[in-house]
Amino acid sequence: MHCALKFCSYWRSKRLEAFRFVVLCAVMGVAGCSGLEPVAAWERGYLAEEGMQWQSSAREAKFEGHVYTSKEASSGGNGAAGGGCGCN
Amino acid sequence: MLNFTVYVTKALGGLLVCILFSAGVHSSPSSKQDALPAPHFSLPAIANTEGAISLDAFKGSVTYVDFWASWCGPCRLSLPALDAIYRDLAPKGLKVMAISVDVVEEDAWDFLARYPVTYPIAIDTEGSVPKAYAVNGMPSGYLIDREGRVRAVHVGFKRGDEDALRAEILQLLEE
Repeated sequence: MHCALKFCSYWRSKRLEAFRFVVLCAVMGVAGCSGLEPVAAWERGYLAEEGMQWQSSAREAKFEGHVYTSKEASSGGNGAAGGGCGCN
Repeated sequence: MLNFTVYVTKALGGLLVCILFSAGVHSSPSSKQDALPAPHFSLPAIANTEGAISLDAFKGSVTYVDFWASWCGPCRLSLPALDAIYRDLAPKGLKVMAISVDVVEEDAWDFLARYPVTYPIAIDTEGSVPKAYAVNGMPSGYLIDREGRVRAVHVGFKRGDEDALRAEILQLLEE
């Protein structure tokens, strides 16, 4: 309790106005990230385009996946199916 | 200078609170009293009719407005299912129209060649109408009553959804 009061008085001291301002600016900066809008549902077609895929070549990726699964004797874990339309 | 800093700090704090509390506001109307009016639009037709398709043309009828896209997997199920409902219930007064949100019109044509439907199809390459309807998934359907109010919203589509949709439409047709 004593520590809390001490911190409170320290926080309220005039000398720390600038410090409080900087802290609030930093919080605002972080909170600003929450205002970033997700891709709109009707624009998610862009996510399904070839240029948005992790691999440059779907055929090559399939071949590499086949080699990987036969070497590791396991499959899956490479993401989920779907074009990213955000439904179902 | 000190006063100015205090004022700025308080203003930024207030703004922060506003931002945090305004995130994630969402509503979905269902009852007749709460239902919001459907936003009006006029879009170019690409199939089953000519010229422009306007929501005003469907005034006084129970109308289902469906948003879809060629890249949307579940739309391969929803369009034929909706077409079956339309062909069954059109004699009872149901109107259906669909809006493609494809950026490239040819993509919509290719999709319709594979999954043909009989109801009118419009296209909105700018995305202004889905924005007005606050579409948050593909496909999204809006069931509009005779007074032009949105009574139900369907997001996504899976096998079996057509039965629930048909029941909802029938209920609205009987009102």
